Amino acid sequence: MNQPISGRLKLRTSALRAYTMLAALIVIWLFFQWATIDQYHPFGLFLGPVNFSKLLQQMAVTGVLAVGMLMVIVSGNIDLSIGAVVGLAGGIAALTQGWGLVPCLAFAILVGLVIGAFQGALVAYFNIPAFIVTLGGLESWRGVILKLTKGATIPVELPFFRSLGRDFIDPRIGFVLAALGVAGIVWTNIRRRRARQRHGLTPLTAGAIVARIAIPSLVLIAFIFLMNKAGGVPIPVIFLLAVALAGAFLTANTTFGRYLYAIGGNPDAARLSGINLKRYVLAAFCVMGALAGLASILHTARVGSASPDAGTLMELDAIASCVIGGTSLMGGRGTVFGAVLGALILASLDNGMSLLNVENWAQYVVKGGVLVAAVGFDMFGRRKT
Amino acid sequence: MGSELLAMKHITKSFPGVKALDGVSFDLNQGEIHALVGENGAGKSTLIKILAGVYPHPQYGGQIILDGSERRFANVRDAENAGIAIIFQELSLVKELSVAENIFLGREPRRLGVINWSALYSRAEKLLQDLHLSIDSRAPVQNLGIGQQQLVEIAKALSQEARILVLDEPTAALTEAEVETLFEILRKLRERGVAMIYISHKLDEVFQISNRITVLRDGQSIGTEPTSSLDEARVISKMVGREVDQIFPEAKHPHGEAVFEARNITVEDPTVPGKLLVDSVSFFARKGEVLGIAGLMGSGRSELLMAIFGAHPARKSAEISIEGKQIQIANPYDAIKHGIGFVTEDRKRYGLILDQTILKNMTLAGLRRLSGRFFTDEDAEAAAGERAARDLRIKAPSVYTETGTLSGGNQQKVVLAKWLLTNPRVLFLDEPTRGIDVGAKQEIYHEINRLAAEGLAIVLVSSELPEVLGLSDRVIVLHEGRVTGEFKREEATPEAVMSCATGRRLAA
Repeated sequence: MNQPISGRLKLRTSALRAYTMLAALIVIWLFFQWATIDQYHPFGLFLGPVNFSKLLQQMAVTGVLAVGMLMVIVSGNIDLSIGAVVGLAGGIAALTQGWGLVPCLAFAILVGLVIGAFQGALVAYFNIPAFIVTLGGLESWRGVILKLTKGATIPVELPFFRSLGRDFIDPRIGFVLAALGVAGIVWTNIRRRRARQRHGLTPLTAGAIVARIAIPSLVLIAFIFLMNKAGGVPIPVIFLLAVALAGAFLTANTTFGRYLYAIGGNPDAARLSGINLKRYVLAAFCVMGALAGLASILHTARVGSASPDAGTLMELDAIASCVIGGTSLMGGRGTVFGAVLGALILASLDNGMSLLNVENWAQYVVKGGVLVAAVGFDMFGRRKT
Repeated sequence: MGSELLAMKHITKSFPGVKALDGVSFDLNQGEIHALVGENGAGKSTLIKILAGVYPHPQYGGQIILDGSERRFANVRDAENAGIAIIFQELSLVKELSVAENIFLGREPRRLGVINWSALYSRAEKLLQDLHLSIDSRAPVQNLGIGQQQLVEIAKALSQEARILVLDEPTAALTEAEVETLFEILRKLRERGVAMIYISHKLDEVFQISNRITVLRDGQSIGTEPTSSLDEARVISKMVGREVDQIFPEAKHPHGEAVFEARNITVEDPTVPGKLLVDSVSFFARKGEVLGIAGLMGSGRSELLMAIFGAHPARKSAEISIEGKQIQIANPYDAIKHGIGFVTEDRKRYGLILDQTILKNMTLAGLRRLSGRFFTDEDAEAAAGERAARDLRIKAPSVYTETGTLSGGNQQKVVLAKWLLTNPRVLFLDEPTRGIDVGAKQEIYHEINRLAAEGLAIVLVSSELPEVLGLSDRVIVLHEGRVTGEFKREEATPEAVMSCATGRRLAA
């Protein structure tokens, strides 16, 4: 009975949740695919290259924001201000186009970063609840936009700025990226296998390694092929993928990420384990702010102009994405993968219902219902264990 | 003294793995103060919770007889209606509301469904006058001192026509003057026929106020006697009266030089300015030595360790040196950096992230050392974690199991592993075996001895006296934040330690 433990890599509860969400996404996709079958599209319209590409472009901004929001929520906080920050940073980028492309884009990211640092400092060092600080930010930053833009919508003049939101990368570059991606997947798995041997841990079975290499590689290649049929991978989607990869690495493979989960999971235990809570909460808000700056660029470029009410309610989409993706608003639980998946589910519902000409009011009701149902399902599943 | 009001007969209560009460009988007369004493874990709180309806009827064995007929309380409300009021150590007043609102909370006098404020305040004032209390019934409770809040609790209990008042460590947070006021009121209530159960670690107070004393030990009653026929020494010997169990492995650690020294540790009570929880305590620990810190609840043991570790907000002074070098500890990070590990009490609150895996909990405090400064290496962690899990015999399907699903003993081992993986030179253990089963306790005892034998300096705090005496090479005793005694292993008898712990300063 004193059986010591043996550390095999097993399916963890968090992974199980991710698979459930993935299954839900596939069900949603298949439904819309079936529902969009007509005489012109005998196999359905929804997952066709053109529509799928459009769907991904729609989700890119929310997805980028969701990655940042995830880190803030995991640390046990919330950021309600990012919709306004997207508006403000986008407005400033549009206003400073005269300085050249690089300065105006850098400026947008810098504005987000500074606002994130400011709000994060108020939360971490002045102990003002994040809900209040960022609710204040939601109002204030929107006010600053009105002052700076005098209420006017500013068009994007620089062609390259505009193309960031609308254009596609050359299909050949897409294939190069796919090849690099596959090489990366193979390399990390080989490295992992060697590391486990070096530490004397049970090696993975050959089957497991093949699956760990083959599944993501096939998904990646299929994705590039599909996108290339619609002109190539959209540039915003490239940004989203980069942010999601970086975010996933940051949360799963760095001390920063580990400490964020610890702080959200049990602040007392984290503090007594020598973690500087204030510093990491501040850092999470900084990351969120910088990503809001990036999102503002993608959004402004896609719309083609910066309007004073740009970004309104985006914070709620980002929060909803995290929550649908299994993030706990109490902190300590959630993954970047889940948050992006949540954004994809929301975008799929939006896009699919529009294709089916579902009336506007019904779209809102469905999205709200899905949010509550996802959490309810999660709670139900957790109570059983 | 009046007639018998309450009799609890052959009360038995089990928790998983532990028999908390084993056939305890207890009775209470009208107009009597009956003291209930015993070590932490002797079963006092459990007995009171049964009386209060916290553990409703079929969850315990035995009978509760009130006014000659058996009562089976289904819940706390039931017991309150029967006239039983409990005043817990943690006060249950709503700080933002006024004294009068608190007294009548949930039972406000109403007219047409609307609170009748004038009746509320006049009734509250009459009640306070009856008790000769000069407290403004309109003052918010948060403006009152702890002593006055306690009196408001008593007034509240009396407003519910309580006939049995249970006071659980009522003087723990009071100044001497406040204790006097409290005792005056308790005496007055006794004259009016109110029966009281008085639970306290402070034996001098027990002897001042009580008519009879019942001693509990290991879930059994050791006897009830009139206070006048007892003295403190006899009560102490009844409280500890067992042999130190065989479960402590005999261990003789060859001691090295002092690796750790703390001087002038002083901690203020964050809620009561001016009151010191720890008052210029100094001690040292040698390489390979287990230093026990004994003391009853509220003696400042945990606060002392928290303050040294840089984790107490109200630390006033501290001088700490490791291996003869003076060091500054401003926060737990500094403490860990200098080789102090701290297995904190209350593992669920301070020790573990229950949602996370065993591995992530084990590597949290030593993450930078085990894994990397910025990038983590899950496999390096897994290797270290699996070794620790094997060494400590943690029983779990794998190191990727969530800690929340483990038994208390295994959770405690995870906390211990977490601190061993920081590679400490000094290890603080605060209540390392609280609430875990005997088998796991013994494994932790063996581990403590093994670590000491390997040259670690260990500082052990425990409210279980046999544990402190069985493991320590040297024992210091705290009472109300001060060191009241120090013993070598051979000299540390339960009686001697307990009398220091109850405040009888050892002659120098």
